[in-house]
Amino acid sequence: MSSLKQEMSKVTVVDEDTFTYSAVPFVQIKPTKGWVSLRLDELWRYRELLYFFVWRDIKIRYKQTILGASWAIIQPLFTMVIFSLFFGRLAQIPSDGIPYPLFSYAALVPWTFFANGVTQSSNSLVVNADMIRKIYFPRLALPIGSVLAGLVDFCLAFIVLIGMIIGFSVVPAANYDAQLSLRVLWLPLFLLLAFITTLGVGFWFSAMNAQFRDVRYVVPFIVQAWLFFTPIAYPSSLLSEPWRTLYGINPMTGVVEGFRWALLGTDTAAGPMLILSILAAVAILVGGIYYFRRMEIKLADVL
Amino acid sequence: MNGIAIQAEGLSKQYQIGGPQKTYDRLGDQLTDALFTPVRRAGKLLTGRAKSAADLDETIWALKDVSFEIGHGEVLGIIGGNGAGKSTLLKILSRITEPTEGYANIYGRIGSLLEVGTGFHPELTGRENIYLNGAILGMTKKEIDRKFDEIVDFAEIGKFIHTPVKFYSSGMYVRLAFSVAAHLDPEILLVDEVLAVGDVAFQKKCLGKMGDVAKRGRTVLFVSHNMAVIRTLCERGLCISQGSIIADGPISDVVDTYLASFEQLEVMNLAERTDRSGRGRVRLVGVDITNGESNGISMLKAGGPAKFTFDLNGMLANLSCGFVILDDLGQPISIFKSDVPSEDDRVISGSEVRFTCEVDELMLVPGRYRMDVFIRGGGERQDLIEGAAFFDVEVGDLRGRPVSPPENRRISVIMPHRWSLPVS
Repeated sequence: MSSLKQEMSKVTVVDEDTFTYSAVPFVQIKPTKGWVSLRLDELWRYRELLYFFVWRDIKIRYKQTILGASWAIIQPLFTMVIFSLFFGRLAQIPSDGIPYPLFSYAALVPWTFFANGVTQSSNSLVVNADMIRKIYFPRLALPIGSVLAGLVDFCLAFIVLIGMIIGFSVVPAANYDAQLSLRVLWLPLFLLLAFITTLGVGFWFSAMNAQFRDVRYVVPFIVQAWLFFTPIAYPSSLLSEPWRTLYGINPMTGVVEGFRWALLGTDTAAGPMLILSILAAVAILVGGIYYFRRMEIKLADVL
Repeated sequence: MNGIAIQAEGLSKQYQIGGPQKTYDRLGDQLTDALFTPVRRAGKLLTGRAKSAADLDETIWALKDVSFEIGHGEVLGIIGGNGAGKSTLLKILSRITEPTEGYANIYGRIGSLLEVGTGFHPELTGRENIYLNGAILGMTKKEIDRKFDEIVDFAEIGKFIHTPVKFYSSGMYVRLAFSVAAHLDPEILLVDEVLAVGDVAFQKKCLGKMGDVAKRGRTVLFVSHNMAVIRTLCERGLCISQGSIIADGPISDVVDTYLASFEQLEVMNLAERTDRSGRGRVRLVGVDITNGESNGISMLKAGGPAKFTFDLNGMLANLSCGFVILDDLGQPISIFKSDVPSEDDRVISGSEVRFTCEVDELMLVPGRYRMDVFIRGGGERQDLIEGAAFFDVEVGDLRGRPVSPPENRRISVIMPHRWSLPVS
């Protein structure tokens, strides 16, 4: 990775150097040519702005709604109820021995984070077009901010998930016993995987959306289709090897099965499938950043 | 601090024709365009509208080969007509858009007041917006903490600081927005016409603030149409016309060059002028100014009648015409708009699209005046030409009272009036 980066900085005509010289910052403005540098260092210097974007998104997300932040819980919860009725009850879809509501909700919590994050971030540039046309800041901060803000919703929905796990263990009729194991410690990794995937997809869509407003209408459709291509309503154990492992090419498969593995004690995740998911997520992210940076150059002119 | 603040070398910016406003909202547009552009180009060649391949290139240079140096602590005024490239230059310097060619070295933090209140969110309180807007403009949280009280005081919003800004009056909103921006305190400040906000008292305060900034040795680049303000604030000027610098030097010389450049344009046929903005579905092609009595003589007298005629090259729904009269310093004096109706207005049938505006008593002192003409139609601005026409007002009388050229150049309006005098 680092050798790749060095290679690129050689190819790049130093399009912009920012360093401090006797306390006066110096910037050279020049047309970008060839490979684009990522300027992640600059993003780091603007981390306070990123913080403010996140803070703003959280503050205004549920303004003027009656139910407020409870929407963060209602969304996955209602989907769970519907899934339980149609897929669990009517279609009798297996759930790896876990009560179906718990089985689907554990997947819907990270999924909702992904779905909302992708939707919000793909609109982030268009919504803030006014700002982009008038002030300079690293544009990457906008989609990143929208995804980060979704973490609050995730936490709220996650608390309900914990409650459900305890609840199902207490009720004897559920025939379920929660087994807390050290697997829980892996949970941050799966959350990080969900975050990377969301960010990567968000970069692609937000940059495309800036140029082609069609994307705005395509995104909800893609997200919906993606929901059914991810083992949320059904377990990936329905597939036989090697297909089950290959299924990991959809990074959300790794996330969802990872959540179930860590919290509910299923034994689907782990191993090659997860590695494939991680690789896919990183590929989407890296490709997304580069695509975004290339678009960013003409952003103010197309928005 | 001495030395160079900004060093620009050969800065150029190319846009697709139709300018930056041509965006592809839909993929279909781009596809149709890709399909039809070759056809259109071939058509232009065949009909002889384009003579060479260069004419076919559907791009324009909004800025071409602009080079200059600004020292630290200099206050530079940038002037130029509409679409001359002033805003493009500021956009490049503030890194919003990249130049196509050339480079600029910038020594110091740049703060831009291209538009105040950017990033303000109506649902957030004044206090929250100060922090958000400050961060967007490049301030750190510590910096905002330190200047917070000063910002609130300057904006004069007092106890409303905890109210969401959607409940603010537009005056309060603008004051708060400007106040945050004014406390940015960068080494280099870019200002674009923001002083035209708020009431007169607040404008004065803003000007004072700008003066302070300049006095503290900050570098200021100031874009404005207001020649009077630019003369007061700046020592040096830069005049841009059609993307290139046409004058660089002491502000009064540059302002003179700028005002004189309009007179040169006047000789050009209106239809051929390119220094215009707007959608362009309908264009102004002719302006005629007479005193209404004898045809063809454009000599106007103070206090006498005047007749302004505007010829357009097409018809549109809700077509309206308007113009602003400006004095020889570029200061706007009066506005006339056909879309603000009066019972005295008439509709005249005819084959040509013509607007006529008649003034019974021209309340202007003798001198030279400029007209900026704008055309609206179909809900959009179709055309705007600064300096579309010039006219001279000769010595005359207003309701019997002689009007002579004023000793003070600043005066341009007279009013009919009546005195009661004491017995001498």
